[in-house]
Amino acid sequence: MLTGWVIVCASFAYIGFLFAIAYYADKRADQGRSLISTPYIYALSLGVYATAWTFYGSVGRAASDGVGFLPIYIGPTLMMILWWFVVRKIIRISKINRLTSLADFVASRYGKSALLGGLVTVIAVVGILPYISLQLKAISTSFLILLQYPEIVMPQKIGTGGILNDTAFYIAIFLAFFTIAFGTRQLDVAERHEGMVAAIAFESLVKLIAFLAVGVYVTFAMYDGPADIFGRAMAQPKLAALATPFGGAAGNYMSWIWLMILSMLAILFLPRQFQVAVVENVDEKHLNKAVWLFPLYMLAMNLFVLPIAFGGLLHFPDGNVNADTFVLTLPMSQQQEWLALLVFIGGLSAATGMVIVETIALSTMVCNDLVMPPLLRFTRARFMQHEQLSNLLLDIRRAAIVSILMLGYFYYLLAGEAYALVSIGLISFAAVAQFAPAVIGGLYWRNGTRAGALAGLSLGFLVWAYTLMIPAFAQSGWASLSLIEQGPFGIELLKPLQLFGLKGLDQTTHAMIWSMLANIGAYVLVSLLSRQSAAERIQATLFVDVLSQTGERTGFWRGTASASSLQTLLGRFLGPARAADLFDSYARSRGVRAADELDADARLVRFTEIQLAGAIGASSARAMVSSVVEEEPMGVDEVMAIIDEASQAIAYSQELEEKQSELEAATRELRSANERLTELDHLKDDFISTVTHELRTPLTSIRAFSEILHDNPELAVEERSRFLGILVKESERLTRLINQVLDLAKLESGAAEWQNVTLDVREIVDEAANTTSQLFKMKNVTLDINLPLTPAPVVADRDRLMQVMLNLLSNSIKFCDAGLGQVKVTVSQRDETVQVDVRDNGIGIAREDQETIFEKFRQVGDTLTEKPPGTGLGLAICRQIIVHFGGRLWVESEQAHGATFSFSLPVKTVAAA
Amino acid sequence: MRARILIADDEPAIALSLEFLLAKDGYETRIAGDGEEALRSAKSFQPDLIVLDLMLPRKSGLDVCRILRADPQQQRLKVLMLTARGGMTDLARGEAAGVDAYQVKPFSTQELLAQVRRLLALKDTAHAS
Repeated sequence: MLTGWVIVCASFAYIGFLFAIAYYADKRADQGRSLISTPYIYALSLGVYATAWTFYGSVGRAASDGVGFLPIYIGPTLMMILWWFVVRKIIRISKINRLTSLADFVASRYGKSALLGGLVTVIAVVGILPYISLQLKAISTSFLILLQYPEIVMPQKIGTGGILNDTAFYIAIFLAFFTIAFGTRQLDVAERHEGMVAAIAFESLVKLIAFLAVGVYVTFAMYDGPADIFGRAMAQPKLAALATPFGGAAGNYMSWIWLMILSMLAILFLPRQFQVAVVENVDEKHLNKAVWLFPLYMLAMNLFVLPIAFGGLLHFPDGNVNADTFVLTLPMSQQQEWLALLVFIGGLSAATGMVIVETIALSTMVCNDLVMPPLLRFTRARFMQHEQLSNLLLDIRRAAIVSILMLGYFYYLLAGEAYALVSIGLISFAAVAQFAPAVIGGLYWRNGTRAGALAGLSLGFLVWAYTLMIPAFAQSGWASLSLIEQGPFGIELLKPLQLFGLKGLDQTTHAMIWSMLANIGAYVLVSLLSRQSAAERIQATLFVDVLSQTGERTGFWRGTASASSLQTLLGRFLGPARAADLFDSYARSRGVRAADELDADARLVRFTEIQLAGAIGASSARAMVSSVVEEEPMGVDEVMAIIDEASQAIAYSQELEEKQSELEAATRELRSANERLTELDHLKDDFISTVTHELRTPLTSIRAFSEILHDNPELAVEERSRFLGILVKESERLTRLINQVLDLAKLESGAAEWQNVTLDVREIVDEAANTTSQLFKMKNVTLDINLPLTPAPVVADRDRLMQVMLNLLSNSIKFCDAGLGQVKVTVSQRDETVQVDVRDNGIGIAREDQETIFEKFRQVGDTLTEKPPGTGLGLAICRQIIVHFGGRLWVESEQAHGATFSFSLPVKTVAAA
Repeated sequence: MRARILIADDEPAIALSLEFLLAKDGYETRIAGDGEEALRSAKSFQPDLIVLDLMLPRKSGLDVCRILRADPQQQRLKVLMLTARGGMTDLARGEAAGVDAYQVKPFSTQELLAQVRRLLALKDTAHAS
């Protein structure tokens, strides 16, 4: 039997179970193993959109408007497509700035304006109150209906038995305690409530199951499936009209479009949606799944609306049962008490879920944007003496929760009977839709100003109140109906439901058109006409460009503060322990050992402000931080510089990338240049150590034999003269070496003197051959010279060119076998060059040595037992000389088949040059 | 028996001066012009001491020294390294290769002879004990 205590016990048991879930989720969150960090929970928590209004009211609306209930669910589905862009951006901004409510968001966007935050809060509270009273009404009505089981009796007019006999009053009180327990349980005023989200997600599941259960029961148990219901309904002309979209009962195109827009905006701007979608969001990535999971949820929720509505209309044909109660009364009429109880619990879920989240969201706004700013402004001195303010914050929020629910209850008492459920919901939707221009504009339009947002919001709100709120009051008997029927002071044009003569639209569409026109118009116009303050411009840039910003922003602040005063300030609101924790972890992230070693720089000030914003809202946080920070006012130039910096951030980062790659290229070049230098340095060191070695060698013989001669006067004459011969030879070697080292140094440093004249190469070759003829004879090597008939003129220093020629000739003798040697010198002139080839039939030079022999001290012959005589500098010097004359010196050789040393010089005369 | 000394230097003049000096001091000498010849002579001549030039053709003085040190037949051999450079790295490398003493070119003949005598005396005492 469904007696009163069974229903009450079931309700308490259910809510107790919700508490258990919330408690467990909070516990898990404290352990760092979040229960709600999954896109499924996130999507389910978004289901808080479906309130008692959906649960009971959809069927009611379908029963009167037919498919006209659909736009309210099509809108959010469409909106999910845009969510990816809009909500992602809102989430990013809110996370970075720790914004905890819509009011905070708007205030922060427009220069952390406390006035704007307050206005948003007022609009939200006034707009949402009817919606909350709607939930109270739904719970109490469903309770009263179920209480009469098995009779189906519509409850009496509310308020007739006095407050203390009114179920709704107790429900409101109970929900207030419930919300306080859910939302303000934690001692630190954290902005996220994991336990609440878990409970809400569970409630979403319960209400869906309950609604599907009753839908399946009505469709398949009471009737023979959807075809049966629709078949029977279509047989009645009155019901058939309900199934036609855009038909008379379902509203025209205009109202469909506006309902859709309204619900699109509602899914974004209802405080509870902002709370679950943005503030309680754990991970931006959850959006990816939520954008299709949530529409799926909405679809499931609406699947049985029409069958139940038609079933109800067919089952209660005489119209004495309110269609809003069909989900409950249909199972009751079939004596399905457990199903009826499940439906009641489902409705309870829908209503409590909405009330809890909405009230928490509103209480945050009221506390942070309505109470704190004036409290901080007017009583700061007294206020700051409080050691511990976090308890005060919680108390303010608790008081706000109780006040909001009580206000909701009184609104229910006064206006509750005026409208069917759906109309009350639409009033709230229209109120929060007023946030759209300021928020969307703030996200994408850099030039939206605080004045514009204030003007738009105020005007939109006024028009909303005039066209929706006042008529609702009038219909409830609070205001004279003549205001609606004849307009204020009898002015026709100002009739609230036909403003400026706009007729033929339903009330919501009419109100939306005028309020949006006023709102958007004022926002855009005033924004264009007003100037942004420095703070506004900064915030505008931060918001609009949030997705292209990386890392934390700093620098928009100048002033002096001390780290300890910032920590003390944070401790007042968050509790000293938590403040110490935050500062310590911040210190670690900055690579500082302890919090007291932190520099109170712009970054730390911003960190403190953001942490504080999470607790008391952006504008109050700003005010509190500036109370301990001596901020230096920024000059115009600085502000301009900041704006430039911010707006060029994107372009700059691209430029930076280019610069970086340039820099990398330069670094690579520099590195290779450095390697080359190091190599050259090594070569120089090698050269010096080689020169040293080469000098020491003859010196060693000279010293040894000098000492031998000195110490051994008794030496035989032959031996003595032999040793003296060695001494002379080694001395010559030493002299030659020193001369060549000096010569090379002179050539390399450019200090050599050149006396360039026009020379005939033939003469040089002849002269060199004459000079060396004795050497050739001594070693019995034949010399063959081929000269052209015409002169081969080059411009060169005679002695230097001679030096090259002599060197090449004496080299060729050195490598030839005595007696078998043949050396052939050829001078040829081709085009503009004179080429001299010195060919021998000696041992030749291996390919790998053909380039190294031109390096200093590289002699081929290291493999020989006896080194070839010479210093190892000759060819290096020759090459220097030839290159100086603009020519080339190279060697062609095959091992054991002789070598040809050649040089070429450009044909030139001094006159021509 | 006269102590045997192998002279390994590719400069004929230096080798000649060393040969004269050492022979006059009463040692039996032999000359090698490159590293490989030095190794061959060490095997056949079995010297008590080798005067080894660092920069030898075919096989450097260091390599020759290393190979000789690894040869069990050359346990008693003393190595006097001649170097024209005398840098710290050369000394360190020589140490590692097992060089007993250094003479930097150009050397004093008296000093060189004193080194040779000292090394051979050391060898004798080591041998005696």
